[in-house]
Amino acid sequence: MLNTLSNLFYRRPAILTLLLLGPPLAWIGIVYIGSLLALLLQSFYHLDDFSGTVIHEFTLATYAQLLDPANLTTILRTVAMAATVTVFSAIIAYPIAYFAARYARGRTKALFYLAVMMPLWSSYLVKVYAWKLILAKEGIISWVANTLHLGWLLDLLLSTPVIGGSSLSFSYMGTFLVFLYIWLPYMILPIQAALERVPKEYVEAAADLGASQQRTFRDIILPLSFPGVVAGSIFTFSLTLGDYIVPQIVGNSRPMIGQTVYTLQGTAGDIPLAAAFTVVPMVIMAFYLLGARKLGAFDAL
Amino acid sequence: MRSEASWPLKIAAGAGLLFLHLPLLLIIVYAFTTEERSFQFPPPGLTLHWFSVAWFDRPDIWPPLWLSIKVAAIATFFALIFGTLASAALARATFFGKDQLSLLFILPIALPGIITGIALRSAFDIMNLPFSTWTIILGHATFCIVVVYNNTLARFRRMQGNMVEASMDLGANSFQTFRYVILPQIASALLAGGMLAFALSFDEVIVTTFTAGQQETLPIWMYGELIRPRQRPVTNVVAIIVIAVTMIPIICAYYLTREDKD
Repeated sequence: MLNTLSNLFYRRPAILTLLLLGPPLAWIGIVYIGSLLALLLQSFYHLDDFSGTVIHEFTLATYAQLLDPANLTTILRTVAMAATVTVFSAIIAYPIAYFAARYARGRTKALFYLAVMMPLWSSYLVKVYAWKLILAKEGIISWVANTLHLGWLLDLLLSTPVIGGSSLSFSYMGTFLVFLYIWLPYMILPIQAALERVPKEYVEAAADLGASQQRTFRDIILPLSFPGVVAGSIFTFSLTLGDYIVPQIVGNSRPMIGQTVYTLQGTAGDIPLAAAFTVVPMVIMAFYLLGARKLGAFDAL
Repeated sequence: MRSEASWPLKIAAGAGLLFLHLPLLLIIVYAFTTEERSFQFPPPGLTLHWFSVAWFDRPDIWPPLWLSIKVAAIATFFALIFGTLASAALARATFFGKDQLSLLFILPIALPGIITGIALRSAFDIMNLPFSTWTIILGHATFCIVVVYNNTLARFRRMQGNMVEASMDLGANSFQTFRYVILPQIASALLAGGMLAFALSFDEVIVTTFTAGQQETLPIWMYGELIRPRQRPVTNVVAIIVIAVTMIPIICAYYLTREDKD
C-alpha cells in the first residue's frame, strides 16, 4: 500500500504537491482569506442609527461616511504619521545597515545581526512600555534634560503647536518616537540585504575611474541600495498605518485609524464602518506596493 | 574599498544600536526601583521586593501566563505542520500562480495586525462562534505558519535533491525517505521555526484583543496594566519574564539556522 502510493508520488509529482499544499492552503484560504472577505462584505452593510442594528443590505453609505471631515482628518493624520516615521527610520537605519553590510566581518557581523534581530523579535508591548517609562514627566528624558540644564529646550519643544503636548507621553512627538523605535529593525534588515548585493566590482571600478568616496556613494551605492529602503518602508509604513496600541498608550486624544477601528467595532458596535475603515489602509498599501514594485523593492525583500 | 569605517559612520551606527537597546535595559532597571507610583528617574532606591510580590502576592498573573503558554504551544504545533507542508510543496514545484500562492502565505504578517484581528472577529460573528481558547489559537496559528514556512523553505532550497533520489534508488519509499533522509536535514530548521513561532505567539497582542473575548493572555494582562497601572514595578518583573521567554528562542534559532542565511 505505502509502496503503491510512493510510486504514484514519484510518477506524478503534481499529486504529491497537491496533497502537501492542500491542508495549509485550506487553512489560509478558509480562516484568513475567508475572514478578510467577510470583513469586506460587512463594509457594504450599514448601521441603522435609530435601532443600532446592522442592516444587511448592499449600500455604499458606509463608505460615504469615511468622507466626513472628522474621519478624513483621522486618515490624513495617520498617513502623515506613517510617512514621517518611514522617512526618519530610513535615515537612522541606513548607517547601521551600511556599517553591518560593508565593514562588519565575522563575529562583529553576527553580533550586529543579533543586535538588530533581538529588538525586532522582543515583545511589542514591552517595547511600548519601555517608552512609557522613558517619556514620562518624571522619567529619564526629563532627568537628562534637567541635568544638562536643557530643561528649557524640552519645554520649548513641548510648547510647539501640533507636535507638542503636556508631556512627551501625551504628544505626537512621543507617538512618533515609539513608532520609530518599534519599526526601526524592519527598515535595517532590507537595507542591509540590498547593500550586501551591491557588487564589489562596481565600487572598485568607480574608485579606479577616479570617483571620490562621496561620489561613489552617491552615484553607485545609494541608487543600488535604494530598493532596500523602499522594501523597508513597506513595513514601517504599513505597520504604522494599522497600529492602535502605540497611540493609545503614548499620544494625545486625537485618534489614528487603528484606534478608530478598535472603538467602532467595540464600544460603538458599528462593524460596517470599522470594516470600511480597515479598507483604507488596505487600499493605501495596495497602491504603495504597486509603486514599490516599480522601484524594484520586491527583489530586495 | 577602505577596510576601516569613517568616524561619523561608526558614531551613527553605534548611536543607532544604542537607541535600539537602551529602552530594554531601562525596563530591567525599573523592576528594582522602590518607587511604586511613578516612573521617577533615577530610581530613589533599589529592591528585590517586586520579584517576591509578583511570585507570591499577585495570583492574577498566573492564569494569563498559563493561557499564553498553552495558546503558543498549540498554535506552534499547527504552524509546524502547515508551514512545513507548504514549504515542501513550494520549494521544488513550479506551476502557474506559484508566486501568488507564496505571497498568500506571507500576507498574514504583511497586512497590519488590526486587519487580521477584525477580519477574524467579524468571521466569528457571522458564524456565531463563541470566543474560546481555540479562537485565539486560530488567529495565532495563521501568522505563525509564515514563520515556520520561511525557515523550512530556506532549508529545503539548500538541501541536495540527489540525496532524495539516491534514497529512492536504494529502494526506500517516499515515507521512509521522508523519515530517514529529509526529516534529519530539516530538523534544526523546524526547531528554529517552532521556537520563533512560539515567541511570536507568546507576546502577540493586536490580533489577540479581537479574538480573545473576555479571556486574558499575558500580553492582554500587560496591556491592562499599561492603561490602568497598579504596582508598576510588578509589570516590569513580568516584562523581564516576557523578554526572557522571547529572547532565548531567538538566539537559539539564530544559531540553528546560521548556514541558511548565506
